[in-house]
Amino acid sequence: MKKIISIISIFYLTLALSMPSFAKVEGDTIILGAAVSLTGKYSTNGEHTKNGYNMAVKRINEMGGVTVGGKSYKFDIIYYDDESDSSRAAQLAERLIKQDGVQYMLGPYSSGLTKAIAPVTEENKIPMVEANGASRSLFTKGYKYLFAVLSAANQYLEVAIDLAVEKNGGNPVNIAMAFEQDAFSQDVRIGVVEAAERTGSTITIDDKLPKELNDMAATLAKVKATKPDVLVVSGHSKGALTAIRQISEMQVDVPMLAMTHCDASKLAKQHGRNSEYALCAAQWHKTLTYSDEFFGDGIQYDKDFTDMYDYAPPYQAAESSAALLVFKDAFERANSFDKEKVRDALAETDMQTFYGNIKFSDAGQNIAKPMVLFQVRCEGDECANRVVAPTEWASHELVHPIPSWSSR
Amino acid sequence: MDLLIFEAPILMVQATLDGILLGILFALIAYGMALQWGVMNIINIAQGELVILGGYIAYFMYLYGIHPAYGVIISPIIMYFIGWGLYKTIIYRVVDRDLFISILATFGISILTQQLMNFIFGSDVVVAQSNFGTTFLFNYMVTLPNSKIFAAGVSIIFAIFVIIYMKKSKLGRAIRATAQNARAAKILGVDTEKVYAATFGINAALCGVAGSLIAITFTLHPYVGLPYTVRSFMIVIIAGLGNLPGVAISGMGLGVFEEFADYILGTEFRVGAVFLLLVLILVYRRFKLSRKREYLK
Repeated sequence: MKKIISIISIFYLTLALSMPSFAKVEGDTIILGAAVSLTGKYSTNGEHTKNGYNMAVKRINEMGGVTVGGKSYKFDIIYYDDESDSSRAAQLAERLIKQDGVQYMLGPYSSGLTKAIAPVTEENKIPMVEANGASRSLFTKGYKYLFAVLSAANQYLEVAIDLAVEKNGGNPVNIAMAFEQDAFSQDVRIGVVEAAERTGSTITIDDKLPKELNDMAATLAKVKATKPDVLVVSGHSKGALTAIRQISEMQVDVPMLAMTHCDASKLAKQHGRNSEYALCAAQWHKTLTYSDEFFGDGIQYDKDFTDMYDYAPPYQAAESSAALLVFKDAFERANSFDKEKVRDALAETDMQTFYGNIKFSDAGQNIAKPMVLFQVRCEGDECANRVVAPTEWASHELVHPIPSWSSR
Repeated sequence: MDLLIFEAPILMVQATLDGILLGILFALIAYGMALQWGVMNIINIAQGELVILGGYIAYFMYLYGIHPAYGVIISPIIMYFIGWGLYKTIIYRVVDRDLFISILATFGISILTQQLMNFIFGSDVVVAQSNFGTTFLFNYMVTLPNSKIFAAGVSIIFAIFVIIYMKKSKLGRAIRATAQNARAAKILGVDTEKVYAATFGINAALCGVAGSLIAITFTLHPYVGLPYTVRSFMIVIIAGLGNLPGVAISGMGLGVFEEFADYILGTEFRVGAVFLLLVLILVYRRFKLSRKREYLK
């Protein structure tokens, strides 16, 4: 009899220990989970993501933490390294939820890894606020627990086409475009194609660059021959660096050059004056005048981040910090740790952060924040990104058309 | 299907010259691969990673204020010893085994090198600036970056140098003897271990040269080695093993073919078109071989 009782009690004990608690709140700490790339090809951006999260956690905790039910709680994050591998990321999401009992997730870096994790969080009904997955396909699958603080990939370069049309006196323009064949760049392409249809513009060159391609000489020779009004390039850091290198070497003159990943690739630093006048889409820039009580404005964030990590924050870090502000706001409005209530509170988010306004569509996409465009401008040999659009935040006038190479 | 190249025939000149310059650089990488394949019967999957590693050497020279073009001298020296070290630690264990084992071993080296480069150099894409300027032909209609012309020139010089070295030097003769018959060479007093180590070193050195050239013409990243491995493998296959002049011709031929495929079929098909050509060539070869066999009957 004793034996049976002890077996039963051991059984219940193991059950109690292995069952995740109702919500992952231990003592006065709210535990969030994140799989971030600390090794592998995304490790640099994974590091930015982690630093952005950590800085926000530190700041929120220092400023009183999260108040739920009249009690103050602190944030803490369990990190795992997803090795920049999507199957690993999905496994780790599973582990965070099933083994560590995490009930609230933060996103990984990159669209691909977010796509891998989203089905897991969705299946387990775990709210996830992500800051680094911009692919449009994340918002077309009907996910209910996914919230993205950043603008979707198809919004990246739409603004540039509108700008080109505006500079052309409202008349349609000829567009040459070169996009890498990966999910993100092709999403950016969809946005440009839609903008072209909307403005009645013509696409004269539509090159899809294979991932393994290092050379854009053929595309640029075609651009030289057809003389479009705007050249659009998107292919991550490699695409941005290759494009500027070869545009300057082949002296390709276009009135407008619009790209992505200028800041991720440190374009202005690596190519210096050759990158001048390139127009770049970005999620955030420190000179934007949004503000919040935790970080102040962009300039203040930039300064504090630089003090803490010894480098200026790229937008990947800023949006990651914003994700924590969203979580804090949702917990306080839900006034509960019930994940369904937190999810509903997230869905009703409508706030301003230093990173921008945040309000989610039904698909979980942030619809309150426009993309910004900046242009690389040089003074002497020092080149920097200057915001030129949207006009309300522009610190500098757009230079259009780009001066020809022979006059530079 | 795009007919732009036929409407503006000057683009054909551009495409041909771009293809040749690109092809020569690829041929240099393939040349090292062919040498090592022929002598040691090892297909080096880590070829691309050795190239990128060589490129990082030039890049770091550039960071420290030395013109990256000097990388073509420094990088092969360092890479020779890295190659030699790789042979002494890993490759010597697999050199007499079957091809599959050596492919696995070099594949392992390739993954290890990628991760180590990522760990040490970071995962940013980087470039080294040569500031060599541009050459204009046909009244500014055709533009050729001088960095690419420089890359092709250096590749040719190194290829010729290696050919002469193979013909004239003692070590070169030993390498050729080992390639023909390792056992006979050993009996005649050739230290085949030393020959193998030197061959692997020479291949790594050639990769170092090519890497430095890639640092100033394209971009570097720890994970972009694979396309260089695949391309050099294809060049060697098309040229046929042991056919060194063939490597140069097939390198340039593939380069030009790829450029024209880009203009006519579209950029998304340029890599695919090269693979298709490879398949066709292999099928044609097999067809020719089978005919030969029939005669023998």
